[in-house]
Amino acid sequence: MSSNAPRRTALDALHRSLGATMTDFAGWDMPLRYGSERDEHVAVRTRAGLFDLSHMGEITVTGPQAAALLNHALVGNIASVGVGRARYTMICRADGGILDDLIVYRLAETEYMVVANASNAEVVLGALTERAGGFDAEVRDDRDAYALLAVQGPESPGILKSLTDADLDGLKYYAGLPGTVAGVPALIARTGYTGEDGFELFVAPSDAEKLWQALTEAGAPAGLVPCGLSCRDTLRLEAGMPLYGHELTTSLTPFDAGLGRVVKFEKEGDFVGREALEAAAERAAANPPRVLVGLVAEGRRVPRAGFAVVTGGTVVGEVTSGAPSPTLGRPIAMAYVDAAHAAPGTPGVGVDIRGSHEPYEVVALPFYKRQK
Amino acid sequence: MSNPQQLRYSKEHEWLSVAEDGVSTVGITEFAANALGDVVYAQLPEVGDTVTAGESCGELESTKSVSDLYAPVTGEIVEANQDVVDDPSLVNSAPFEGGWLFKVRVTGEPDDLMSADEYTAFTAG
Repeated sequence: MSSNAPRRTALDALHRSLGATMTDFAGWDMPLRYGSERDEHVAVRTRAGLFDLSHMGEITVTGPQAAALLNHALVGNIASVGVGRARYTMICRADGGILDDLIVYRLAETEYMVVANASNAEVVLGALTERAGGFDAEVRDDRDAYALLAVQGPESPGILKSLTDADLDGLKYYAGLPGTVAGVPALIARTGYTGEDGFELFVAPSDAEKLWQALTEAGAPAGLVPCGLSCRDTLRLEAGMPLYGHELTTSLTPFDAGLGRVVKFEKEGDFVGREALEAAAERAAANPPRVLVGLVAEGRRVPRAGFAVVTGGTVVGEVTSGAPSPTLGRPIAMAYVDAAHAAPGTPGVGVDIRGSHEPYEVVALPFYKRQK
Repeated sequence: MSNPQQLRYSKEHEWLSVAEDGVSTVGITEFAANALGDVVYAQLPEVGDTVTAGESCGELESTKSVSDLYAPVTGEIVEANQDVVDDPSLVNSAPFEGGWLFKVRVTGEPDDLMSADEYTAFTAG
């Protein structure tokens, strides 16, 4: 990019007209919140929330060997994903370090859409392009081709149904189908990052405002409100979902992150990172790495990323994400802790909060699971 | 946002009532409360503490961050608002009223406290 000015989504003017507090996020000027982030959080848990996620990075992979390329470039078995389905996976370096976590949608037999985190989109695009050498497949930068709106929360199916003829009842979690929403062509995906039922709608940027307005009107009777990135973070934290840069980094392999299940050694062909990841899997089996756990505060002080987890004056881990939980009414955190202190209910675990050791209860993740 | 005319304001976004019997009430402004987001924890100075103008005397924790609370004047704390300790969201819902933070017996004031109009201009910049 030739300038350092933050990028703006197709909905930028709309956010400002709604009085959003904006924040810089991975080079994008994004809505942090419109009013109270706690109210937005509660709306998604109990009714519905509408998010602009246009900063996410879309990359299209097409061609006869698209599946083979993705199987080589990513750690998952992408060739086994059915048309119309989606999969959570990761892209790793040759040394096994996590470059990003991704959702890959198989749109057609030989067409996939890879969705990368905004902060990593450039890196993922570069890695996929480089790894495509020798494959009969094309990697296309589609970051500017899509705006992304998400409707999340228990009322979201009803809201969306009033705007589309698409078969939402037949659309399973982690699946996507092309359709029309409010007269706008959209890829309708049943995915999200909130722990609730919900949909992500990939549309042309020129259609984003029309879709936003239609969703706002259709959702008003159900209590839908616009939501910013602040409540998105507390929602995903309650749902125990990792965030790149916090729970996932290049210095961790998927096995160190407790997500070794996404690595599919049994798939056909070699893939980038295989050797290092096999070693990491053996290391993890022989000598358990730190474990990602949940911490629930007994008091009211909030553990933040980077704070030390302590027991008896010894550092046994580190907080990766922390926030007050609107649903639990207490501060919560995710932290990597030594395996010896990772069992739920382990006594004597605290977090060093600016010099004071505050007590926390070790719990299994997630903190919150929706009733189905 | 309107800043009450009868109050004075610090660069650190505290408001301060005119002292009655030498005691002023202190809170943070609506501007500051909005910038913080939902306040979830308030650590206030305790009765009997001596605070110094411009120095940290507590902290306010919001969803995303923790911020120091500064004393706008020098003096002795005579009351901390227990309602805010129990329900920190008062800082957001009523920053100039029920969300006040502490009362201080003023022994010294900096000379850069602002009027409401000056503070409004300060935050508009």
